[in-house]
Amino acid sequence: MSVKKIIVIGNGMVGYKFCEKLVANGGAKAFAVTVFGEEKRPAYDRVQLTQYFSGKTADDLTLAGPEWYRDHGIELRLGDRVAAIDRAARTLTSQSGAILAYDTLVLATGSAPFVPTVPGVDKQGIFVYRTLDDLDGIIAYAKNAKRATVIGGGLLGLEAAKAVYDLGLETHVVEFAQRLMPRQIDEPGSAILVEKIQALGVRVHLNKSTKEIAGNGHIEGLIFADGSRLDTDLLVISAGIRPRDELAKACGLETGPRGGIIVNDCMQTSDPDILCIGEAALHKGIIYGLVAPGYEMAEVAANTLMGGEKRFIAGDLSAKLKLMGVDVANFGDAFGETQGARTVVYRNDKAGVYKRLTLSPFGDFVMGGMLVGDASEYGSLIQFMKNRTTLPPNPEDLILGPRGDSKQVGSLSPIFLPDTAQICTCNNVSKGEIVKAVRDGVCEIGPLKNCTKAGTGCGGCLPMVADILKGVLESEGKTVSDHLCQHFGYSRQELFEIARIKRIQSYAELLASHGKGKGCEICKPAVASILASLWNDMILEHQGEQDTNDRYLANIQQGGTYSIVPRVPGGEISPEKLIVLGQVARQFDLYCKITGAQRIDLFGARVEQLPDIWEILVKAGFESGHAYGKALRTVKSCVGSTWCRFGVQDSTSFAIRIEERYRGLRAPHKLKSACSGCVRECAEAQSKDFGLVATEKGWNLYVCGNGGAKPQHAELLASDLDEETCIKYIDRFLMYYIRTADRLTRTATWFNKLEGGIEKLRKVIIDDSLGLCAEMEKQMQGLVDTYKCEWKEVVENPELRKRFRHFLNSEESDETLAWARERDQKRPANWHPELAAEAAAIAEATRTTEP
Amino acid sequence: MTVPTSEKTLVWKRAVRTVDVPAESGGTVLLDGRQFAVFHFRNPDAWYACQNQCPHKGDMVIGRGLIGDDKGEPKVACPQHKKTFSLVSGKNLGGEAYCLDTYPVKIEDGYVFIGIAEA
Ligand code: SRM
Ligand SMILES: Cc1cc2nc3c(=O)[nH]c(=O)nc-3n(C[C@H](O)[C@H](O)[C@H](O)COP(=O)(O)OP(=O)(O)OC[C@H]3O[C@@H](n4cnc5c(N)ncnc54)[C@H](O)[C@@H]3O)c2cc1C
Ligand code: SF4
Ligand code: FES
Repeated sequence: MSVKKIIVIGNGMVGYKFCEKLVANGGAKAFAVTVFGEEKRPAYDRVQLTQYFSGKTADDLTLAGPEWYRDHGIELRLGDRVAAIDRAARTLTSQSGAILAYDTLVLATGSAPFVPTVPGVDKQGIFVYRTLDDLDGIIAYAKNAKRATVIGGGLLGLEAAKAVYDLGLETHVVEFAQRLMPRQIDEPGSAILVEKIQALGVRVHLNKSTKEIAGNGHIEGLIFADGSRLDTDLLVISAGIRPRDELAKACGLETGPRGGIIVNDCMQTSDPDILCIGEAALHKGIIYGLVAPGYEMAEVAANTLMGGEKRFIAGDLSAKLKLMGVDVANFGDAFGETQGARTVVYRNDKAGVYKRLTLSPFGDFVMGGMLVGDASEYGSLIQFMKNRTTLPPNPEDLILGPRGDSKQVGSLSPIFLPDTAQICTCNNVSKGEIVKAVRDGVCEIGPLKNCTKAGTGCGGCLPMVADILKGVLESEGKTVSDHLCQHFGYSRQELFEIARIKRIQSYAELLASHGKGKGCEICKPAVASILASLWNDMILEHQGEQDTNDRYLANIQQGGTYSIVPRVPGGEISPEKLIVLGQVARQFDLYCKITGAQRIDLFGARVEQLPDIWEILVKAGFESGHAYGKALRTVKSCVGSTWCRFGVQDSTSFAIRIEERYRGLRAPHKLKSACSGCVRECAEAQSKDFGLVATEKGWNLYVCGNGGAKPQHAELLASDLDEETCIKYIDRFLMYYIRTADRLTRTATWFNKLEGGIEKLRKVIIDDSLGLCAEMEKQMQGLVDTYKCEWKEVVENPELRKRFRHFLNSEESDETLAWARERDQKRPANWHPELAAEAAAIAEATRTTEP
Repeated sequence: MTVPTSEKTLVWKRAVRTVDVPAESGGTVLLDGRQFAVFHFRNPDAWYACQNQCPHKGDMVIGRGLIGDDKGEPKVACPQHKKTFSLVSGKNLGGEAYCLDTYPVKIEDGYVFIGIAEA
């Protein structure tokens, strides 16, 4: 019996996905697979096409190179269009003249841009926007063009507009309808989008129907039905797509009245030996112009060929896009077309945000919605919709979050997520599994982690796990203990006050007077941090309580080596200092990397090398960067008015001043800041624990922002402040946070739990409603005045230096460390095979001795 | 090859001066090319020894861990990912399968001795 021959026509995104699925399910081995692609390149990421203009190369966009097809035994015939299919003979003919026999055909021909028949569309300088060749054509022509126009204000039209805008052309968008993206958003949503796009300098023309294209051989302008004219040198037409069903039609397969190859749930066309997937397929009257449903079809088709049972269920048309830098999302019944559906709308013209939700007739679940300008809730709203989650009492909280004095839990709280929502992505643990464990009696975070495995991977989901734990316990009427751990029956906040009022100076003293037992890895560092915030003792005086990072004043890394991050205040660094960093790195063979926070990290130091390295750094004027501490990290800056033509204040100098003021400050968690010289916000101050943005009159002070796992925009605390007032408010803000936050709680999380929100914070910090301000300022000044560089102290103190060695009884170093080299630098070898074997043996031995 | 402990003899090895081990804390010692972690609690004095390699990812770091207790059971937390182990039995207190080997300790003449079973 000969091997079954499968031919795929079309090597686009979906055609490629089909091959990938066939490789995964063994089909590529079982069958002889040939792929025809009309384009000369192997399938590439069309969704990211526009990035071709902002630096991505064709290779970057390629989904898999020719070698991938070869390695999996797939014959790839590029640059050859299939010209005809002979269903009776079961053969096809390609443009190059090849005739091939098939057993099964898979049509993945995609779609082609629709070009309306306007007089003059054949002139030079008129393009469509679908393939890399189209883009090359636009780029070449744009060299001699000044003005570009895009016809079509839908998703693809706006992508095209972004492209010509990135090429530096004056950009116009012409749309026939009354609004942009007519299929995704309504008029108020469009108004916001138009405003934001126009702010970039792109001109939007709505309600315009093009009657004629003017020009002598090449395009010179558009003439509209209302008689007006728009001059332009280049035109991109993006007026919709048409499925490429010409081959199918010619060989008599059933197609839809408005195009598209009709398929069933197994992706079979009217001829069961011919399958069709992607944008060419018409399933239950719908053409899916998005890639996700296409991928689903590819999977179903590959499964059908292997005799599987998978079916294509109506795909999801929900999408979240970023168009010209503006978030736009649309999901479910966005326009509220369901009979009796209710609508909730939030519109903020100043902030440029529009959100519209469709609720079920009784207002009990979400049916769809649209978001413009801020789509951060998209993920959770989709979950709400798909799972028909019962809504909180005030559904508007879903798009607005809790406001004012409302004690309502924020919309993004995992409490409202459905049980199916995946909380821990590392270990694929759903919310339901966590809830069940808590209901079964696991009511502490540690054991909860152990039994569900949630939070045991990267740990990024732990705050959510903790919130779920708290929520479930509260719903059962139990209170959640905020006690630090089993050794202290107090919260961090209470312990802070106890230590402050009783002037407790050491962990041992606090444990003896207010705790029990021997302590643990939770309370020791937490108390050490409290003591540091209160008395600013040298961190090494509390060695036994410090976590390894604070004990060795460096960050522990893979294999147990350490990394070194010297402070570079405001990110400003002299050539001399840069040279020293390079010299030290070379001398000790350290891996160098620019960090995400404007400084340089040197990795791969052995513990005993740390003092020698720092001796050189300290001599060159460097100080500890406290990258290892729950302390101030960096104050990022932009160049500001010194160099930048837009700067209105000297943000670099101010950033340095702030960084030097708060360096070394210990807090419940790390603190980050930034300072930008104008509203363009290049330093990203609004994502920091506290941030400053220059105004004509002074500085706007933002607080409680966060990057990381759950990004959060900072809140504006006060505007147009002078530098002294800024510092005063920051002193108070930081001290208030340090006094009242739980352990390992960033300012954003602390703020989200603060009753009264930003108003409360303003009252405390600006109006001094608690009468604490003078004391907090004094306390901060005390810390500022007693700051010392920890590394300088160590380097100068032989006794302290002695602590930095691997063995207590030997000068030798840890011989088990192993290195590999990559891109001319060293990196840890992925831990020795013999050690791995030993560890596996230990694990095995324990497994067999335990029941 | 594992030999049952009964067939092995306990050999006491002189490891480190007691004064060189930080109290309420610990460190790493090198004995005949092998690494061990040693810990010292005070009030009352108690000494423990175990393997220095963390069985989680294999790093030689247990000696740099924080010590304490879990409901009275002395324990150490690995500095890397905070897996905790009993210092008495070596048992993984988080419930995972992998454990630490622990060793008997005695103090004589101002030195810490670690008891190692040899066949
Ligand atoms: C080195 C660096 C990555 C890089 O190669 O660029 C880095 C590396 C680490 N980050 Fe980071 N983060 C680095 C910038 C950032 C940034 C960007 C920034 O600061 O502008 C963020 C997001 C901003 C923010 O924090 O709001 C960031 C968010 C995190 C988080 C998540 C925090 C959160 O609130 O969600 C963690 C985990 C944590 O702290 O619990 C983390 C933790 C870590 C740790 C400490 C993980 C660990 O325990 O080993 C990494 C080791 C650092 C080291 O040197 O040993 N890192 N990390 C960056 C060092 C910056 C510096 O110069 O100090
Ligand atoms: C600029 C742009 C932005 C987009 N952005 C998004 C987005 O943000 N999100 C999203 O979900 N979708 C987006 N899309 C849509 C997405 O790219 C398509 O849904 C997807 O590419 C469809 O895949 P396909 O394989 O069906 O078609 P295509 O990717 O078009 O592939 C079909 C291929 O078949 C070839 N072909 C046709 N006929 C023949 C023949 N007879 N012989 C040989 N070869 C033939 C074609 O040349 C083509 O290479 C975007 C599309 C564009 C153009
Ligand atoms: S550097 Fe940050 S993001 Fe990167 S792996 Fe480490 S913790 Fe994760
Ligand atoms: S290496 Fe010890 S806990 Fe991961």
